[in-house]
Amino acid sequence: MNSAFKFLDTSIGRKVLMSLTGLFLCTFLIVHVSGNMQLFKNDYGLAFNQYSVFMTTFTPIKVVSYLLYLTIILHAISGFRLTMQNRAARKISYGATKDPRSSSWASKNMGILGTIILLFLVTHMANFWFKYKFGDVPYVQYMLDVNSGEVLGAPVGLTDSGHMKPHELMASDANGQPVKLVIVRDLYNVVKIAFQETWLVVLYLLGMIALAYHLVHGFQSSFQSLGIRHPSYASLIQGIGVWVFGILIPLLFAAMPVYFYFMKS
Amino acid sequence: MSGNMNLTLKVWRQKSQNAQGAFETYEAKNISPDMSFLEMMDVVNEDLIKAGKEPIAFDHDCREGICGMCSMYINGRAHGPLKGVTTCQLHMRSFSSGETITIEPWRASAFPVLRDLVVDRTAFERIQQAGGYVSVNTGSVPDANAIPISKENADEAFLSAACIGCGACVAACKNSSAMLFVSAKVSQYALLPQGNVERKERVLKMVSQMDQEGFGNCSNTEACEAECPKEIKVTNIARMNREFLRAKLFS
Ligand code: HEM
Ligand code: SF4
Ligand code: FES
Repeated sequence: MNSAFKFLDTSIGRKVLMSLTGLFLCTFLIVHVSGNMQLFKNDYGLAFNQYSVFMTTFTPIKVVSYLLYLTIILHAISGFRLTMQNRAARKISYGATKDPRSSSWASKNMGILGTIILLFLVTHMANFWFKYKFGDVPYVQYMLDVNSGEVLGAPVGLTDSGHMKPHELMASDANGQPVKLVIVRDLYNVVKIAFQETWLVVLYLLGMIALAYHLVHGFQSSFQSLGIRHPSYASLIQGIGVWVFGILIPLLFAAMPVYFYFMKS
Repeated sequence: MSGNMNLTLKVWRQKSQNAQGAFETYEAKNISPDMSFLEMMDVVNEDLIKAGKEPIAFDHDCREGICGMCSMYINGRAHGPLKGVTTCQLHMRSFSSGETITIEPWRASAFPVLRDLVVDRTAFERIQQAGGYVSVNTGSVPDANAIPISKENADEAFLSAACIGCGACVAACKNSSAMLFVSAKVSQYALLPQGNVERKERVLKMVSQMDQEGFGNCSNTEACEAECPKEIKVTNIARMNREFLRAKLFS
């Protein structure tokens, strides 16, 4: 234990911590963006709402999510320390402005980019995670075709008894035909309403731009920090960093608020 | 002579380590484009001496790009505008007449300014002394090529050993990190069988000394590689990280 702390107190150890926590957050992004793609489904949010139940109740996922919160905190604190130490290493700055050709803008501004991401994360968690966990997100009831599982129209709101749990039951519709009822909390609607706010949509877009820049540098940098670098795969890592983490993932995330903002409700 | 240049220099002047420094402006008149940057500085200094003023202190020794003493931060770049060139090998033809040139010392907490453009780079020596050597028992002269070394490793080690310890990597890095220098020194031994005996202790001791000297951490901005006059590659930093992890985790 002591030697682990000693390791983390070396310049290379600090970067290894940064790199491992950063890469763990990268894998989380893949899971998060894939899951949230269900927001785009044409099912009045049923799949998304069911997915939300799964993500907040399935024990292994709960364990991983606490690990994730810890990781974000570790990454942010450690990033803050690094930035402070790096500043202290040059107390008097240069008079002439530095030629920008020698390094990328993102690589020089990881602390600022990280801070924007952190502000975004706090707002994001307060808006959805906190509301879902501790707020009063109402229950709704979906009516499904028994055979095809197709959602038959928008869900109807239920008055929350306070003891309700997500569940499914069989019933019959007005014509006496058998239907399946799914009762679940409507996080989808919370998302939909939240993204009517222009400022929130703008904040999300800013957050995603910051994330994109953070990862264009950060993804490939984390391999360098771990000493994983060889000409045979360096361009592959670089490519994944730019195309997957710098472009694809932020773009998909950004599409979500934009989709709801322009969706006719 | 026609074709000669007139330049304005903004030079950092500082009497001693603890004195307050400031930029002073000087005119460099009738400078030949074929002069080296340091020769231009010599001309300016001669004029200052003739005028009864203190000449500008700057470090230099070989003036042929091999000792690593010259150290000027010129117009926002370590060793000036050219790639792969030390200040002493930079020529005035890289500038144009009428230009204002800003000249500053390396800036790093671990490299305090001693006077004007001269900084104290003994931090590098202490890092080197901490582990940048091989211990050999002296005896009779060994056969050349008695130890087989692959051509690739020999070449790589040679490229790493090209580092002249000038400190431009530290000066160019936004974090004043010494990772490129230290990694070049670690690599040149790690790649050779002679360095194997002290492989683990070397990297641990050198990194520990580097940290104690107050250099910053590496953000992988790669400004060091872009500015290094000997074009030392950041792949050395990856190798040092590997060596360090290996020594920490598998010993
Ligand atoms: C989803 C969110 C995030 C992901 C996926 C992520 C990922 C990464 C990765 C992969 C690196 C590269 C590590 C290395 O260079 O070895 C990195 C570096 C960094 N991150 Fe993050 N990060 C995230 C959020 C944050 C937050 C919230 C902060 C701070 C408030 C932050 C601050 C930093 C800093 C300062 C560095 C650079 C350290 C340096 O200069 O060496 N990051 N991040
Ligand atoms: S790595 Fe390059 S810039 Fe750094 S000290 Fe060596 S020669 Fe100079
Ligand atoms: S004076 Fe020796 S390298 Fe420039």
